[in-house]
Amino acid sequence: MTILALDWALLAEKLIMIAIIVLASLGIALYTTFAERKVAAILQDRPGPSRAGPFGLLQPLADGLKLIMKEEIIPNAANKWLFILGPALAMTASLMTCAVIPWGSAIDVFGRHIELQIADVNIGVLYVFAVVSMGVYGIMIGGWASNNKFSLMSALRAASQAISYELAMGLALIALLMTTGSLSLKTIVEQQVGGNWWNIVYQPLGFLIFFITAMAECNRTPFDLPEAENELNFGYHQEYSSMKLGFYLFAEYINMIMSSAIMASMYFGGYDLPFFNEASVAPNIAAMIGVGTLLIKIVLFIFLFMWIRWTIPRFRYDQLMGLGWKTLIPLALFNMLVTGAVILATQ
Amino acid sequence: MSILEILFFALSAFAIVSAIMVLVSKNPIHSVLWLILVFFAISGHYILLNAQFLAIVNIIVYAGAIMVLFLFVIMLMNVQSDKEPQKKLLTKFIGVLSGGSLLILLIALVKQTTQLQGKQVLMKEGTIGLIHPLGKALFNDYVLPFEISSVLFLSAMVGAVIIGKK
Repeated sequence: MTILALDWALLAEKLIMIAIIVLASLGIALYTTFAERKVAAILQDRPGPSRAGPFGLLQPLADGLKLIMKEEIIPNAANKWLFILGPALAMTASLMTCAVIPWGSAIDVFGRHIELQIADVNIGVLYVFAVVSMGVYGIMIGGWASNNKFSLMSALRAASQAISYELAMGLALIALLMTTGSLSLKTIVEQQVGGNWWNIVYQPLGFLIFFITAMAECNRTPFDLPEAENELNFGYHQEYSSMKLGFYLFAEYINMIMSSAIMASMYFGGYDLPFFNEASVAPNIAAMIGVGTLLIKIVLFIFLFMWIRWTIPRFRYDQLMGLGWKTLIPLALFNMLVTGAVILATQ
Repeated sequence: MSILEILFFALSAFAIVSAIMVLVSKNPIHSVLWLILVFFAISGHYILLNAQFLAIVNIIVYAGAIMVLFLFVIMLMNVQSDKEPQKKLLTKFIGVLSGGSLLILLIALVKQTTQLQGKQVLMKEGTIGLIHPLGKALFNDYVLPFEISSVLFLSAMVGAVIIGKK
């Protein structure tokens, strides 16, 4: 049997890592919903959720239980298969990004050298881009299958917004890739580790553009036009109930975590702790410190996302499109030209 | 059978079944969704050929951008199979005939190409689908065609802007 000519230990190692990362992402997303409510409460000068458990810490569990226990309703006029496929796709697409993120350097367990990354593909950045462009299908299919005019309008808005901002995102990325010369996220992080400057120093404008487009791709306020309640009742998930609605809401938070991880890896050194010599401690401990550093960076980015959400009001739709096409894309092109000129001059 | 062969046949079957479903689906939205699956299967084949860059670009451009626009248009037009006028029998017959002739032509072409005869596909080898060799080939050996195709895109863009302004 040549089928068994597989490295089963490698397969097991990857499966365990996938399980850990997916479960950790879900757990963090659960508590991100709690953090969102707490941050909103602090910014609006009120206590926020405080009843369930100490400091309201059990609130996300109560919310999750509520979502699961609610009745599942599939509208009569809805397209049943696509109605179920929508939230499943949204969730899958948002979780798939974690495959190429380097969560830390390598550790040694039981004599095995384990890289803390599921797949170091040499096109990692493009893979992220492909997954992001898949994410819009979850919203479009769900919105269309609901057979509701508001949902459809919202799905179309989401699609046009995603396509418009993907362009600026890609152009901002090209400038970064010109400086790194590699599409592998592992290589990009390793270039920044160990006393080297982080990429934010070389690409401040590129990071700003990437951050804004990432916010738009995650459908976060001020870019949450697809779920503008005052125009569209509720948005593309209007007909959804119970855990299908939960999946849509959850996918947004997981998207936020993943885009924070991507931004931290590409522009802020990934698992690199500044002013710390990784060689001075054992490799395993250094790797764990690296994972902790990346998590702290992710949390800071998530806080930034929330801070912006509860500070800036929503755009109008024409303002959103104007910002994307008339401001961000020319700026990204300008950034690309300047980067190219500087690289040429310093060669 | 090696794992590569199993993957190849599974992906091929997946691609062919999805392609047939594109044709037989009554609902145009379902057709588009099956077409996206076809693109995924083709990307899988690219990965088997060690052309990771082509695989991911195929997903970004075709499955990610063009198909979204297809969905967009079909959703906006609200095409429904039962409300659409049925084609005449003669039109259907001519369609089948011309499509079948094209298929026979393509099969004959592939069978007669001497470069393909007696050759086997190199799986997991070859570097032309990776990003560095592809970039070098495009910007050294094929600079002129590459730049001319960018002019084609520019003219398409100008045309789209002019039509959009009307």
